[in-house]
Amino acid sequence: MTTELLVQYLYVLAGVLFILSLKGMSEVRTARWGNWAGSAGMLLAIIATLLAYRMERYDLLIGAVIVGTVIGVPIALKLPMTAVPQRTAMSHAFGSLAVALVGTAKYYQLYPDIDRFTMAVLASEMILGYLTFTGSCIAFAKLQELISGKPLIYPGRNFVSLLVFGLAVALGVALVIDPSQSALLPIMIVCALLFGFLLVMGIGGADMPTVIAILNSYAGLSAAALGFVLNNKLLIVAGTLDGSSGFILALLMCKAMNRSFTNVLFGGVGAPVATTGTGEARTVVAYSPEDVAAILDGARLVMIVPGYGMAAAQAQHAVKELEDVLEARGITVKYAIHPVAGRMPGHMNVLLAEAQVSYDKLLEMDEANLLFPECDVAIVVGANDITNPAARTKPDSPLYGMPILDVDKARTVVFIKRSLATGFAGVDNELFYLPHTMMVFGDAKKVVTEIVTALKKA
Amino acid sequence: MPEHTPLTAHDIVVNLLIFLLASFLGLELIRHVSRLLHTPLMSLTNAISSVSVVAALIVLADPKNNFIMWLAVIAVALAMSNVISGFMITERILLMFRRRGGGERE
Repeated sequence: MTTELLVQYLYVLAGVLFILSLKGMSEVRTARWGNWAGSAGMLLAIIATLLAYRMERYDLLIGAVIVGTVIGVPIALKLPMTAVPQRTAMSHAFGSLAVALVGTAKYYQLYPDIDRFTMAVLASEMILGYLTFTGSCIAFAKLQELISGKPLIYPGRNFVSLLVFGLAVALGVALVIDPSQSALLPIMIVCALLFGFLLVMGIGGADMPTVIAILNSYAGLSAAALGFVLNNKLLIVAGTLDGSSGFILALLMCKAMNRSFTNVLFGGVGAPVATTGTGEARTVVAYSPEDVAAILDGARLVMIVPGYGMAAAQAQHAVKELEDVLEARGITVKYAIHPVAGRMPGHMNVLLAEAQVSYDKLLEMDEANLLFPECDVAIVVGANDITNPAARTKPDSPLYGMPILDVDKARTVVFIKRSLATGFAGVDNELFYLPHTMMVFGDAKKVVTEIVTALKKA
Repeated sequence: MPEHTPLTAHDIVVNLLIFLLASFLGLELIRHVSRLLHTPLMSLTNAISSVSVVAALIVLADPKNNFIMWLAVIAVALAMSNVISGFMITERILLMFRRRGGGERE
C-alpha cells in the first residue's frame, strides 16, 4: 500500500471517530467515551499528515507544538468552571485565527496562479475567520469584564457595520475577478477584522450564549472552507460538524428567548432603557435569610432556579449545601434550568455539576414548568428575566413571548438578588411585588450560606 | 504527497456532496445531544474543528518563503493549544457529571 493511500484511510478513520465522538455526547453515560474517540481521531489525523508530508523545518514545528502546549495545558487544568464561557470565546478566537492565517498563507503560496473557485472559497474563509477572531476577542473581553457588557450603541451603527462588511465582501469579489490583485487582500482582512469588532461590540452581555454559539458556527464553517481549498475531506467533515453544532445551539438559544438571529445580532438589546415607570411607587418587603429558613422548614418540594448571578457570586457550592440540608430533612430539591441562564449554553449545568449536584436533579424548562404548581418554595438565585411573568402577560414588554420558568406558580417564591435593579432586558419584574414573593437582598453566596446556617440552627 | 494541483470540477462536486452530507449528519447528531452537555459539546467541537492544524502542517511542508512559513507556524501553535486544552477541558467537565451514589456510570 502506498503511503498516500494509507494516509487517506487514516483520514477516513479519523473522520469516523469525530462523528462517533459527537454521537457519544448524546448521553452523559457515553460522553467521556466520545471525548476519547475525538482525541484519538485528532491524533490519527496529525500522525497521518506527518507521515504524508515532509516538513521543511521540524524545529519550528516542534517549537510551535510546545508553545501551543504551554498555552493550552495550564488553561485546561487551572480554569475555574465559572470562567468556561471566557475560555470558549478565547478558543474560538484561536481556532478562527489559525484558520484565517492558513488561508492567508495559502493565498500567498498559490499566488499568482489561483483559480477563481479557490479564490472565492479562500476569500469567504478569510472573511469568516478574521471576523470571528475579533468578534471572539470582544466576546472574551466582555465575559471577562475587561470591557463593559453593555452594547455599544450609536446612531446608524448597523449601517456602519454592514457598510464595513459590504466593503469586505466587495473586495473579496474583486479578488475573485482578478486573484492576482494582492494589494486588495490586506484591506479585505482589515475590513473583516473591523466588522467582527463592531458586530460584537453592539451586543449585550446576556446575549453571549447566542453570540458564542454563532461564533462557534463561523469558526467551524471557516475550517470547512479551508478543507475545500486544500481538497482535504477530513477538514470539510470536522469543520462542518462544528459549524452545524454552533448553528443548532444558536438556534436553540434564540428560540429560548423568542428572538431572531437578526434581533440578537443587530437589535442592541440590553442597552440602558429610559425607564417607562408610571410613577407609582411600589414597595417591596425585604425578608431575612432566617425568614426563608422558617418557610423552607415546612416545605416538601423546593425548586432552585439558578441564573448568571449564581455564577458571578460563585454560589454553586453554597447552593449544593442548601440542597444537602434540605434533603436531610426529607425535602425534595430540584433545579430548574432555563436554556439561556448564564453566559453560554449549558453553563448552569456545568457549575452545578462542579458542586456535585446529581445531574438527574437538573430539570429542563418544560419538565420544571410542570412541577412549579406543586412546588412549595421556588428559590431564584441570581436569575431575573427568565422568570418574569411579563413575558406571558404584557404584549408591550420587550420580553413578551419569551418562554419563561413559571416560578410565580409556586406557593412561595424566594428571590435572592443584589438589588432591585432591572434585569438585562431593562424591564421591571412583576414577581418582586407579588404577595407570595419574599425578596432577600444580598450577595447570592452570602445569603444562601446564611439560609443554610439558619436551617441548621432550627 | 502531490504538489498542489488545481481542483477539478469532479473534486468540487465530491467536496460539496461531503459538505452537504456532513451538514445533515451534524444537525441530526447535535439535535440528540443532551442539554446537560451543551457546554462540553462546545469545547469538544472546538477541539475537533482545530483539526485545521492539519492544514497548517500541509502549508508548512512547502512554505515557499519565510512569511508563509511563519503564518503556518503561528497557526500550528494556535490550533495545537486549542486541541490540547479543548479535549482536556471536556474531560474535566465530563468527570464532574455524576449521579448521586452510582458515580457517572450508574
